[in-house]
Amino acid sequence: MRRALWVLAVLLSHWRRHKMQFATLLIGLIAATALWSGVQAINQQARNAYDRAAATFGGARTAMLVAPDTATFPQELFVRLRRAGWPVSPALEGRIQLNGHSVRLLGIEPITLPADVGNAPRLGASDLSSFVAPPGQTLVARETLADLQEQEGAALPISSGAKLPPLHVLPQLVPGVLVVDIGVAQRLLNKPDQVSRLLIGKPRGKPAPLASIVGDQLQRVEPNAETELERLTDSFHLNLTAFGLLSFFVGLFIVNSAVGLAFEQRLPMLRTLRACGASARLVNTVLVIELVALALIAGLIGLACGYFIAAALLPDVAASLRGLYGAQIPGQLSLRPEWWLAGIGISIAGAIVAAATSLIKAIRMPVLATAQPRAWQQRQRRWLILQSLAACAVFAVALLLLRYGVSLVAGFGVLAALMLGAALILPALLDILLLMGQRAARKPLAQWFWADSRQQLSGLSLALMALLLALAVNVGVSTMVETFSRTFIGWLDGRLAADVYISASDNAQGVAIRNWLKERSDVQAILSGGRAEAQVEGQPVELLGLPDHALYRERWPLLETAPRAWTQLVPGNAAFISEQLSRRLNVRVGDVIEVPAPGGTWELDIVGIYADYGNPRGQLAVNVAALIRHFPQTPRTRIGLIVARENIPGLIAALHKQFALDDRSVADQATVKAESIRIFNRTFAVTSALNAFTLGVAGIALLTSLLTLANSRLPQLAPLWAIGITRPRLAAIELAKTLSVALFTSLLAVPLGLAVAWCLIAIVNVKAFGWRLPFHVFPLQLAELVAVALFASLLAALLPVARLARMQPANLVKVFANER
Amino acid sequence: MSAERISRRAFAAGIAALALADRAGAQGYAGLGETADGFAKVVPGKIFTFPADHGPHPEFRIEWWYLTANLVDSSGAACGLQWTLFRQATQPGLQGEGWANQQVWMGHAAVTRADTHRFNETFSRGGIGQAGVTAKPFAAWIDDWEMKGSERTDDRTLAPLTLKASGTDFSYALTLEADRSVVLQGDGGYSRKSERGQSSYYYSQPFYRARGTLTIDDKPVDVSGQAWMDREWSSQPLDADQTGWDWFSLHLPGDEKLMLYRLRQKDGRANLLGNWITPDGRSAEIKDAGNSLTPLATTDIGGRKIPTSWRVNLPARGLAIETTPLNPRSWMGTGFSYWEGPISFAGSHTGIGYLEMTGY
Repeated sequence: MRRALWVLAVLLSHWRRHKMQFATLLIGLIAATALWSGVQAINQQARNAYDRAAATFGGARTAMLVAPDTATFPQELFVRLRRAGWPVSPALEGRIQLNGHSVRLLGIEPITLPADVGNAPRLGASDLSSFVAPPGQTLVARETLADLQEQEGAALPISSGAKLPPLHVLPQLVPGVLVVDIGVAQRLLNKPDQVSRLLIGKPRGKPAPLASIVGDQLQRVEPNAETELERLTDSFHLNLTAFGLLSFFVGLFIVNSAVGLAFEQRLPMLRTLRACGASARLVNTVLVIELVALALIAGLIGLACGYFIAAALLPDVAASLRGLYGAQIPGQLSLRPEWWLAGIGISIAGAIVAAATSLIKAIRMPVLATAQPRAWQQRQRRWLILQSLAACAVFAVALLLLRYGVSLVAGFGVLAALMLGAALILPALLDILLLMGQRAARKPLAQWFWADSRQQLSGLSLALMALLLALAVNVGVSTMVETFSRTFIGWLDGRLAADVYISASDNAQGVAIRNWLKERSDVQAILSGGRAEAQVEGQPVELLGLPDHALYRERWPLLETAPRAWTQLVPGNAAFISEQLSRRLNVRVGDVIEVPAPGGTWELDIVGIYADYGNPRGQLAVNVAALIRHFPQTPRTRIGLIVARENIPGLIAALHKQFALDDRSVADQATVKAESIRIFNRTFAVTSALNAFTLGVAGIALLTSLLTLANSRLPQLAPLWAIGITRPRLAAIELAKTLSVALFTSLLAVPLGLAVAWCLIAIVNVKAFGWRLPFHVFPLQLAELVAVALFASLLAALLPVARLARMQPANLVKVFANER
Repeated sequence: MSAERISRRAFAAGIAALALADRAGAQGYAGLGETADGFAKVVPGKIFTFPADHGPHPEFRIEWWYLTANLVDSSGAACGLQWTLFRQATQPGLQGEGWANQQVWMGHAAVTRADTHRFNETFSRGGIGQAGVTAKPFAAWIDDWEMKGSERTDDRTLAPLTLKASGTDFSYALTLEADRSVVLQGDGGYSRKSERGQSSYYYSQPFYRARGTLTIDDKPVDVSGQAWMDREWSSQPLDADQTGWDWFSLHLPGDEKLMLYRLRQKDGRANLLGNWITPDGRSAEIKDAGNSLTPLATTDIGGRKIPTSWRVNLPARGLAIETTPLNPRSWMGTGFSYWEGPISFAGSHTGIGYLEMTGY
């Protein structure tokens, strides 16, 4: 025990004499952990944000029962259905005037509310009694509270003179809605014993058919309104996860580089310890203990840094430390114990993996062999060949996975193999490049420059690999995000072309609404659509009726078209097909599809393929008039409107009033679209910031490597100085060397990054969702990244180079005196 | 929150969780030990009147209609079922109209065979008709579960009744007949639960004969046997230091019945209480010294050690039996969980019954 303590003291004394090295080791570990945990925290937060945005109490994700003709129906139907075994829960929705604003009020019944209502925020058991029992509560999102400029606990009067129950913040709640008990809602909205809809939970047994209980008073509405958007967000989550994986790779390389170099530096000391009689086992045990302790400390600091990075990056946020204690506040980070454990685990595991080779080296070290830092150079050739072979093997695995893999895991496998292979082969590629430089050089100094660069490769290779991966991740992720953002926004524009959507309760009301709209000057265009279902080659296919309007011609996201496609569509014997369906049926532009229709088979020429991201069902788009001719039962209840942005609220309010339409029948798509885009942009912004951070960390890795190398390189530089090359000149040469390898690395990172992006877009996404995003390359962005990488390398090289430029001649002379 | 513990007839279970958890945290398990401020008090000497007392007593905090049946199917295999309706008032005072009504209702249903145990639960607010009880004609219901009388139903015997309930993978429908009056438990219907005066009003109908259909996994079988209904209401039935109980309802040979329960206290002591009911319906409290209830074997259910076999000794009554569960895994994994299932017993007496254990 005593002996172990002495060994530990000796090992630690090394750090006391080499404070900079100690700092670089810690910084490496801290940076890796911070990177990993920051990405995790942000990823988690982004998911929460989406889930929250998508969820309301009984939003569109839940099947429900509604009255076909009226906004509300008697509560007695709810009781009748429950007594017949239907697992329904009532909700009443309406608008109230509050401080001059019109606000959505939602009444729910928490005791019967299905547990599986989407991701709806659940009331905790202890909240229930305060919600239900007088005076009750008005649940609001924090944002809504801020909009109302009110404090929690305030009981607000509404225009009718009645008072809302005291406000209570439910953080997961979607903003813009006040949630109260259904009894309170009935009173405030003056709709005694009325409900707007019944949410359907999981059935307990086999209840009697709906019609046998309530006749035709209620109809079932299936949940599907949001699935397209939802699946698109799922895809984005997946890509964020991939980003987490890539960041982890980068982090691991950084730790590897920091720990590996620190060990190399201490080999002479280990030899001395062994020569003094400390057993190999003892030395190694102490080394591992020291390493774990360092990793633990660095891990904790890294976690704290990761937390602050995530907090600083999160939009609209000054994440408070309350998050650390589990308070679920949106816009604030809430960190789970798993997050902390994973962070520490990554730090320790990373350090041990990184140190494994060095530890093995320490075990095998012959006691009497002199420790030779320059042994790198002697073994370099063999090492380069071995590593390149390994890289080829990994690439082969990637190819095999690409060719034969079918699962999503295989997709990620391709990605991982690609990155690993590229990192492994990097030193060999650089070596070849530098060799070419050396061959081309004529002057002695230039030749020395190239040769010395090559010799430095093994020392710098880990840091360069980290730089390569960081850059490739950057390129990959920015390309993916940019592609995603363009596609998404373009697609949203096309699919949500109209500004306001109305869903009339029946054809008669549809006609009435259309006539009423025609009289209004604020409506620029009325677009009537329709939908029908059919079976094509045994598959359910949705037929979408498009109105003939310039807006669609401009915005509909067509991927491939025949000439004059839109003109061909009008007569009714042509159709566009969704990308998914065209793949499934193996149908191209120019082919013919037969659709069974009530009046006989409808032959449709395929004149275009359009993107239909996120829709699991196949779809055909035809002219709406033709659709109604072939499917006369098609309800003519869907109306889209083109309306100037500022006129939307007035129009919607008038529609509410005139036709007793509720929020479910009138959708302000302009607002929906703007909100969706805002959420996505926010995530994109976070991702770019993270990208910048990854690059920064790679820069730190480079700095640590250069600093560590600086000391060991004195013996190479001193002779040059001795033959008359000035210190500033030497420093300039060193700088040029670092920048040139960094430049090569950056240039190699560009194709690798594009390959990563292609993997994400064309493999991972297709494997996960069955459709692919178009692949775009953004050259300006790439150039910018390379420049940033060079700038980061410049910063990293500056400190060691400046030290060299100002080094005391005595230090250089000492090299000749000291035997190394 | 001492949530894992519940009281007799689980009643506190889900409802307390749903409605009272924040207040209940303080007292006993799941609110049953709360003080009764504002609610009606249980006092000795009540004169029971039927059918009125078959109906709800909303001025008291809690109440239940609790039926268990020991049945055999056409092949002679034993099975059991449970049908329970709990009522709990979230606040004392005048009964609110519609959604403002302060009653919360909870239903539990279960079927047990030697090879399976299925259960389900459901909840409802009072005041709107989704759940409730009427005394005349008698009907107790929540959703499509119901225990219902008819014109023929006798107020004295609370029979005949029909009973039905269903879960995701089971359902049952029974008719219940009885030829004897309901039986007052405790001391004339006053059931004392602690030395500090906690108590309830309690009567039973242990003489039901049951017949009907039990369906598990869409396979209906005809069943018949005996059933036992407990009616109990109170405002504070338990003391704060009582942690749970072990409760037996036993059909003895010769149409004698035994209701026996043990209240466990935090300090490890346990009160053994019960009533011996003769075939003519006379009920006498069991107060004799030397009575004992001893666990014999335990079953591990999700990390809980549940004593599913017992030795019962009532020397003064000449009763010494050992009980065996039909299915030792008769676990009610409802909002608040407990063990409830059919048992058989042998020794000085042989027969069948039901066992409920809470607070483990």
